[in-house]
Amino acid sequence: MDVANYLYLSALLFTIGAVGVIVRRNAIVVFMCIELMLNAANLSFVTFSRINGDLNGQVIAFFTMVVAACEVVVGLAIIVMIYRSRRSASVDDASLLSR
Amino acid sequence: MSELAMQVGQSAAPEAVLFWILAPLTLIAALGMLLVKKAVHSAILMAFVMVALAVFYIAQGAPFLGIVQIVVYTGAVMMLFLFILMLVGVDSSDSLTESIRGLRPIAITAAVGFGGLMVSLLGRATLGRGAVGVEAANADGNVEAIAQLLFSTFVWPFEAVSALLITAALGAMVLAHHHRIQERPTQRQLSIDRFRKDSLGAAAGLPAPGVFARHNAVDVPALLPDGSPASASINASLKARGDLQNSSIFELGTVDTSASEEK
Amino acid sequence: MMTSTGLVYLIALPLAGAAILLLAGRRSDKWGHLLATGLSAASFFLGLYQLSLMLGRSSAQRPIGQKLFEWISVGTFKIDAGLLLDQLSICFVLLITGVGTIIHIYSIAYMSHDLDRRRFFAFLNFFIAAMLLLVLGDSYLNLYVGWEGVGLASYLLIGFWNQKPAYATASKKAFIMNRVGDMGLSFAVMIAFATMGTVSFSGIKAAAEQTSTAALTGIGIMLLIAATGKSAQFPLQAWLGDAMAGPTPVSALIHAATMVTAGVYLITRSNFIFDAAPTAQLLVVIVGAITLLFGALIGTAKDDIKKALAASTMSQIGYMILAAGLGPVGYAFAIMHLLTHGFFKAGMFLGAGSVMHGMNDEVNMRKYGALRKFMPITFITFGLGYLAILGVPPFAGFYSKDMIIETAFNAGGIKGIILGSVTLLGAGITAFYMTRVMILTFTGTSRWDEKAHPHESPWLMWLPMAILAVGSVTSGYLLSNGDALAHWLSPLFESHEEHHELLPPIVVSALALTLVAIGVAIAFLKYSRSGVDAVAPSDVSILTTIARQDLMQDRFNEVVFMRPGQVLTSALVKTDEVIIDGAVHGVARSALGVGASLRGLQNGFVRSYAALILIGALALIAAIWVVAQ
Repeated sequence: MDVANYLYLSALLFTIGAVGVIVRRNAIVVFMCIELMLNAANLSFVTFSRINGDLNGQVIAFFTMVVAACEVVVGLAIIVMIYRSRRSASVDDASLLSR
Repeated sequence: MSELAMQVGQSAAPEAVLFWILAPLTLIAALGMLLVKKAVHSAILMAFVMVALAVFYIAQGAPFLGIVQIVVYTGAVMMLFLFILMLVGVDSSDSLTESIRGLRPIAITAAVGFGGLMVSLLGRATLGRGAVGVEAANADGNVEAIAQLLFSTFVWPFEAVSALLITAALGAMVLAHHHRIQERPTQRQLSIDRFRKDSLGAAAGLPAPGVFARHNAVDVPALLPDGSPASASINASLKARGDLQNSSIFELGTVDTSASEEK
Repeated sequence: MMTSTGLVYLIALPLAGAAILLLAGRRSDKWGHLLATGLSAASFFLGLYQLSLMLGRSSAQRPIGQKLFEWISVGTFKIDAGLLLDQLSICFVLLITGVGTIIHIYSIAYMSHDLDRRRFFAFLNFFIAAMLLLVLGDSYLNLYVGWEGVGLASYLLIGFWNQKPAYATASKKAFIMNRVGDMGLSFAVMIAFATMGTVSFSGIKAAAEQTSTAALTGIGIMLLIAATGKSAQFPLQAWLGDAMAGPTPVSALIHAATMVTAGVYLITRSNFIFDAAPTAQLLVVIVGAITLLFGALIGTAKDDIKKALAASTMSQIGYMILAAGLGPVGYAFAIMHLLTHGFFKAGMFLGAGSVMHGMNDEVNMRKYGALRKFMPITFITFGLGYLAILGVPPFAGFYSKDMIIETAFNAGGIKGIILGSVTLLGAGITAFYMTRVMILTFTGTSRWDEKAHPHESPWLMWLPMAILAVGSVTSGYLLSNGDALAHWLSPLFESHEEHHELLPPIVVSALALTLVAIGVAIAFLKYSRSGVDAVAPSDVSILTTIARQDLMQDRFNEVVFMRPGQVLTSALVKTDEVIIDGAVHGVARSALGVGASLRGLQNGFVRSYAALILIGALALIAAIWVVAQ
């Protein structure tokens, strides 16, 4: 099997994640889509690692996971804050510029 | 036809079987994330995608990452997501109609273009290049090899990331913390407030809910001396839910024969 | 030239009066008019004192000056605020303060019922001060200050009853038309400075010989424009009739005796310029000739007594301007006519005021009639002025006007004949319209309104009229006896040219008297014999209609200046709105448009930002895709 298939899968997952960020309004779903994009990138790193035969890609993927974990912690805290003040988890409701 | 079967048979290594079964499922799950209405369903589909990715990692010679993926993502991160989902309302669901005009077609067009170009580019970039494989790098074990790298080449980024983790934890705490705007009222203050109210009706405490010979429950209002039910004796949230019993059916002197017949 | 420190008080006294009255406000209501009259009289006596000093000196020593302060000092341009009192100035000083004081006295009674009498006297005093500054300034720039001051005073006094919109409009009209003339004066000052580097009378007189005729002609024409504006001469004459909106004493003082003669003073004072610029001088004569007929014709058609007198003033000043334009031989006669006219026209205006006083402020002469019996003193004083303006010997007008007619004839050649004829004709028409005024007002049958109770005015009013009437009778003889005024003024003007007499004086006088007699006779036939309608007849000849409308002067101004001006202004406004504002607003609007369209992107929705990021990523990938072919 061609290893590039993993890369194609990764690209498609990333694209799906990007569309999800744009079309979904629930902040938590949006956030999960971001996680999906990060994971897609991780899959690419792991695949690159395999293609190149060294483990740097895996280490980078590891770092990505750590950063993603941090991001989830802070991001979810922000969502909770917004929910607390607005009683809504919709990202459209957090728009103050338009009105 | 037979030639095609032969080709499939020759190339059908265990990894390919795994990939061709799991990859479509992963894509379907990812697409499902976008299409389902309830956030909690999205979360479950997301968890599936992550587990599938973990499998792919392990299949690609990254068992450490695969385990970490399961532990950190499906274990911790997804739990966090579900936890927050519970917090903000588990049945909160999006209407999938778009409110920003023209956003959805733009997003889908751009995404299709992006995905197509990516696939095309990747195809071009990897065409005819075989994989070296990580078997050599993993000769002493994958965990040891990664540890070797982390604590030598990548020690500074590692330290920086640890600082980031601590900062994030602190940040989350700061965000989640909120000040009381007013002092919590003391019992003394509450008592004074009760007596300062317009009516002294509630000054001695609210009446207890109905206690009857035949019935004793918090959802039955007590009776006032004139026989009318005292609505103040019922908990406000019960009243709000409408879970109220009519106390008249438990009044003395009127024997509910139908109830006794049922028994 | 001798200097004196006393000259400034001539101006300072009335100016202080104006300041006190205006600053003290209502507190000075009780005594303000007395103070103003007193200060005006003080100024007059100071003038008399200066005259006595001047008489005691030899003719070369007579002009005296006073430097007040260094006014402007910019590089080579140095101007001192200075005063000059010479033989010409003293005539004006005495006329202004003398007639001014008399009219102050008259106004005490005339304005006694007016709530704003104090303000009126403040303005009168201010006018006296400004007019004195005009005639005492030793440079064109100092004169200009007084020139503007009297313009302001005139504006304030014409619009004194500015609660009536028509009066306020009349004051604005006078002010604006005066501004046109003032522009001429400022141009004259500028040309003088540009070509000669000085604006003082003495400096320009000295420099005039080395200056080109063209420059002098330019200055002369500009001075003439200034004179036409202030003296209501053709073509800037239209304001004088409307200026009669002011109280009658104002008409007498400003619009008959003093301010309107400032143009004559200006031309006489600038004799050294006009003598060296024959073209400008010819224009002066032409303006004078046109105006004297113009005013006389308007005078024949006016039913408003004050407007008839105003037309007469215009015509008489035409005589003076004409005389002043005849060169050295005419200056003295111009001034003499100015002085005598100051007496008799002021007297007649006060008479008109007295009539109005007795007739409930009615000004239409067709509503008068037979007032002789009820106002004998007014009739007598007015009648003496009437005889004076007609030029009946030995009244004042006879001396001054006949001199002008004579000089006009003696101008020589075809010019002399034309000018002489015009002045003679003017005298005839004057006789006609003044007789008409007399008949309509004082004789015939009464055509009063029911409410009118004609009565003689109080002594405070008839006394000034009587004084002026005495002046109307005697001033001509006194001033011309032995050419007194001509000799007095002669040191100021270049030497007399030789007389080339076309007609002997006696013939001229006979001709003039004949024409006057004809004019009087026609007026008698037309108005005394056949009686007068209380309402002006409307089935009149086209000529009368035109004359009633001031010979179309307003229509002319409207068509030639106002409408094109309005069109030009509205075109400029349109240009400003469409092009200038359009450009400015266009820039703003395009910025707004760009902003509004970009604002659509910044809608605050996180998801649309995310979409933009995706599009950016797409563009990046597309670029890589293209480059990595």
